[in-house]
Amino acid sequence: MLLLTFHNNQMNIKHLFLIAFITLLGSCKQDSHLYKIEGKQVPISDSLESKAEIDSYIKPYRENLEKNMSTVLAYSVDTYSKRDGELNTAIGNLMADAVYEESNPIFNKRTGKNIDFVLLNHGGIRSIMSKGDVITRTAYELMPFDNSVVVVELRSAQVKELIEYLARAKRAHPISRLKIVLDKDYGINSAFVNNKPLDNTKIYNVATNDYLYNGGDHMDFFKTNDSLHVLNYKIRNVLLDYFEKKDTLNPVIDDRFIQIKN
Amino acid sequence: MKRREFIQHTAAASALIGLGGLGLQSFSAASKKITILHTNDVHSHIDPFGPEDGRNANMGGVARRASLIDAIRKENTNTLLLDAGDIFQGTPYFNFYGGELEFKLMSMLNYDLATIGNHDFDNSIDGLYAQLPHAQFEFVSANYDFSNTILNTHVKPYKTFIKDGIKIGVFGLGVELDGLVDKKMYKETTYLDPTEAAQEMTRILKEDEQCDLIICLSHLGYNYSNRPERISDLKLAGTTKHIDLIIGGHTHTFLKKPTVMKNLDGENMLVNQVGCYGINLGKIDFYFDADKNKSANGVSIIV
Repeated sequence: MLLLTFHNNQMNIKHLFLIAFITLLGSCKQDSHLYKIEGKQVPISDSLESKAEIDSYIKPYRENLEKNMSTVLAYSVDTYSKRDGELNTAIGNLMADAVYEESNPIFNKRTGKNIDFVLLNHGGIRSIMSKGDVITRTAYELMPFDNSVVVVELRSAQVKELIEYLARAKRAHPISRLKIVLDKDYGINSAFVNNKPLDNTKIYNVATNDYLYNGGDHMDFFKTNDSLHVLNYKIRNVLLDYFEKKDTLNPVIDDRFIQIKN
Repeated sequence: MKRREFIQHTAAASALIGLGGLGLQSFSAASKKITILHTNDVHSHIDPFGPEDGRNANMGGVARRASLIDAIRKENTNTLLLDAGDIFQGTPYFNFYGGELEFKLMSMLNYDLATIGNHDFDNSIDGLYAQLPHAQFEFVSANYDFSNTILNTHVKPYKTFIKDGIKIGVFGLGVELDGLVDKKMYKETTYLDPTEAAQEMTRILKEDEQCDLIICLSHLGYNYSNRPERISDLKLAGTTKHIDLIIGGHTHTFLKKPTVMKNLDGENMLVNQVGCYGINLGKIDFYFDADKNKSANGVSIIV
């Protein structure tokens, strides 16, 4: 009916009824025509007020968590992200090294053997580590999942597959005590475990997490294994124990997984 | 007068694509506006990031999102609030309370619908099922077949809404679980081809349900430039028709503005994703008119 306001000076009453009738017909047929879309995103910043009702609902949950989360464990020299670094990242190196350092004594005590190297997954680094105090919460944010350390015995053929997988993936999956150099076409130039070339007769003890062992990220080389050792040690607890032992965290991007560019 | 203002505004602010309706008149009361609000990959980020955070200092927070949503709903009651999955996992709130608080808060914010992300299986399909009583909103997925699981009948392929006489159809799509989620977590959930599911959904929503607006709530991921064969929101956009908006998730993609894509029929549509952790809220306004002339030359998209 508002159409009238636009045209009333040009129309007689008969036309008006006709238009009204057609409009009515149109709405009966649910004739709604999309003619314009406007899209944007609104940042949730601190300029927005918090809704008090929501905030007070969260409060008891938050306070209970805070009691458990705020213990200071170490100090981080910088902010580290899994996005910084091409084939290895400082934060990934820290996590893989922590898994080696914290798990190997347990593995050694139980089996008399040592972990040869560690492989985790890049996607398993769930947050940055911010510059400043590292608290219990930091470990929960880096590793919120309840995944645990497992040690898988792999023959050299499977280790070779593992290295080929990493070369194909071109991703900074965290490793420790394994060194891989790729050529400019992402072929394998060289690979070392604990600074030694692969030994075809050796069985390697590879520490990883149960997510990857069970087929996560299609790391299928873990399926053909000689033996599995379940340490019942959550990766998050590895980090908590590691942080507690260190005063200062200053991980670096190094040469453990690199590509020769020319 | 109004039309001139409109064009000047868009020329100054952003790109105006495919300006249809050159005979665009001043707004009349017959014009209807549907607002779609959306989040994705909030990952249990209930509190804002602290001032010391190295990347997202002072951003996010459910209580702030709530006041923004209230203000938008006040401006337009014909609003839907949607989430594209990965509600769970990422802060100790999930480790301690198993997702209960996430669902309760989303219910308090009056979320209308969500789809299921891979991390929503992190306490296994049983853990997700156990939290459903806390969700006053529904879940849709057209390509997860839950018939042999505990979620059977609890997740529908699509849902329709009517707002101001406009019928809106929303269907869900999930990412392939094999290799991403431990099988013992998702159990007998079967993953179906997303493109085929989308084609079936759009046919049902367009022809059987006669929807005026079709939205895909996707956790497939925005785009995989290293693996172009892999299904993604951008790929889905080009291989389907009748979808007006794909709301995405999974890849934590921050976009400067929604992406305008051409569908299988060469028509413009939108793909959007708002990063992660509740740092942004997506807002897409759809304008309808009974006057066919306005849409005769295509839909104008302003992003």
